[in-house]
Amino acid sequence: MTDTKTIEFSATTKALVDRILKRYPEGRQKSALLPLLHLAQAEFGGWLSVPTMDYVASVLNIKPIEVYEVASFYTMYNLNPVGKCLIEVCRTGPCMLRGANDIIEHIENKLGIKEGETTADGKFTLKTVECLGSCGTAPMLQCGADYYENLTNEKVDKLIEKWNSINDHSTYMRSNRVEL
Amino acid sequence: MARKLLLQHENVPGINTFEVYRKNGGYASVEKALKSMTPDEVMEEVKKSGLRGRGGAGFPAGMKWSFLDRKSEKPRYLVCNADESEPGTFKDRYLMEKIPHLLIEGMITSSYSLGANTSYIYVRGEYMYVISILEKAIEEAYAAGFLGKNILGTSYSLDLYVQPGGGAYICGEETALLESLEGKRGNPRLKPPFPAIAGLYASPTVVNNVETIAAVVPIVNQGGDEYAKIGVGKSTGTKLISASGHINKPGVYEIELGLPVEEFIYSEEYCGGIWKGRKMKAVVAGGSSVPILPTDLILKTAKGEQRLMTYESLSDGGFVSGTMLGSGGFIVLDETACIVQHLHTFARFYHHESCGQCSPCREGTGWMEKVIHRIEHGHGHQGDIDLLVDVAKKIEGNTICPLGDAAAWPVASAIRHFREEFEYHIKYPEKVKNPKHFELEPFVSEKSLVTA
Ligand SMILES: Cc1cc2nc3c(=O)[nH]c(=O)nc-3n(C[C@H](O)[C@H](O)[C@H](O)COP(=O)(O)O)c2cc1C
Ligand code: SF4
Ligand code: FES
Repeated sequence: MTDTKTIEFSATTKALVDRILKRYPEGRQKSALLPLLHLAQAEFGGWLSVPTMDYVASVLNIKPIEVYEVASFYTMYNLNPVGKCLIEVCRTGPCMLRGANDIIEHIENKLGIKEGETTADGKFTLKTVECLGSCGTAPMLQCGADYYENLTNEKVDKLIEKWNSINDHSTYMRSNRVEL
Repeated sequence: MARKLLLQHENVPGINTFEVYRKNGGYASVEKALKSMTPDEVMEEVKKSGLRGRGGAGFPAGMKWSFLDRKSEKPRYLVCNADESEPGTFKDRYLMEKIPHLLIEGMITSSYSLGANTSYIYVRGEYMYVISILEKAIEEAYAAGFLGKNILGTSYSLDLYVQPGGGAYICGEETALLESLEGKRGNPRLKPPFPAIAGLYASPTVVNNVETIAAVVPIVNQGGDEYAKIGVGKSTGTKLISASGHINKPGVYEIELGLPVEEFIYSEEYCGGIWKGRKMKAVVAGGSSVPILPTDLILKTAKGEQRLMTYESLSDGGFVSGTMLGSGGFIVLDETACIVQHLHTFARFYHHESCGQCSPCREGTGWMEKVIHRIEHGHGHQGDIDLLVDVAKKIEGNTICPLGDAAAWPVASAIRHFREEFEYHIKYPEKVKNPKHFELEPFVSEKSLVTA
């Protein structure tokens, strides 16, 4: 297990945290929990380890359990490590009607993994998710903060090729858009 | 051409910036309200407009505002619901991404009317890039003196913040949203007390949808009476419709309420008809939660009247033969779609999104998903269809929040209108093993074969 003391936000993030805390009335700083968990996940490897969550609890001066129960409720927080490039494909009705299942199958074949799995080199994780509010441009996927829409197998091939050539991913909720 | 009140400038280059937005008449409602109207006068205009909540329930916005506890010593809050996660709905994202200042302007004018000095926009976490767009726009509005202390030199001050969600559909339910904004799990609260009395931080709070708040801008600019002239009966004004599925032109359309459904689907101005020259099988007219209707019932009511895009016309016939306008998520299915397969994605969604507080919802959504899954994959049992009807009935009305109902209605309506398709899956398990079964061989009602 990692020592909590080695986990600390960067100076830039700390300044941002201070600004976020000012958004809420005195005594209501727990409101910053969701935004802080996003920041922590982005900064500490794309997922929330127990020491990371404990660190967030210490920043907000709340009990660790208050962080765990929230982190485990929301789907965006990864409680297990994920690949550097997290591909999330929507599979709900409207996307399914426009071929989401074929796209998922295509990515599975291309990467040699099933949904929910990570490639052996730790580069890609494939997840399926529910409606991302992009049904009019289906099928679609999200990677980092970016939406890729009106997908075809050819587009997916190009995306994976480009992602493969990038080494610095830090994709979690950051824009790392690659143009097609 | 239909009148547009929200999206009239959607294609103006740079409309996402303060400068261009302002040049096109932006922030006029803030000037008008703060300089020439009292907060109550603003509310009166909203009441006169007949504007109904655009988040799904259609509750009159002015009436909701009037319930806000103004006698309390506590601060008041306006919270904008931008959690938009109802499958088939993507209008709020479109509006925030294209014209972020319209929402911000609406937030300022509405907060002034409600007497809120701090307001929040709660945006679903997956829309992180939209959050960046909003934050930039808010910064511009502060710099121009439309946010912060003493706006436009008046005594009114407002701070506006954007809060990200963490990925949970249930946080669209307003009390779950408030819990989440307080940094907790998104478990809906028991009501009463209603948010108007004890909402965010136990203070009087109004929660409104993005589109509702944006609509306050034209209402204040033109006056509530002008706004109410658009539409039919109690469905006034314009509505953003998210159109998806098997149509030629998916996208977000601003319509005048009262537009015939048939025109919306087939005219070039909107959906442009069914793709690939196919026929339409069914429509989910208001987001995943509302009852699905077959072609004949979506175009005409059971009484044979033309169906209109209004709250009243779409719900004509109740649950027997009608549906709901809901969030305006308009999903079209063509003749090759499998109703059971489509329903399975919704059943899985509701099971996944149930917060787990109430056993009928937590357990019932799981059973429904499982049973629909096995029917779809050719493992259905005799009696499964009745079992589904029974489970749906037992969830409906027996839960803390409406998610339970929202999970039950799609199942009940799909069976009501497409029972034969479910029976077909149980009768011919081999034929449905290929997930593209109805694309290969479109479903034909055996009843119609007999009569032919
Ligand atoms: C399960 C569930 C999900 C909901 N999701 C949303 C949503 O994403 N956006 C929204 O505006 N309202 C949503 N609502 C409705 C809200 O509870 C609330 O009625 C609405 O935000 C009020 O705003 P309005 O009156 O302006 O429509 C949801 C309701 C339920 C029960
Ligand atoms: S109905 Fe479902 S989602 Fe709503 S409170 Fe109950 S368990 Fe939670
Ligand atoms: S169903 Fe995929 S984005 Fe809505």
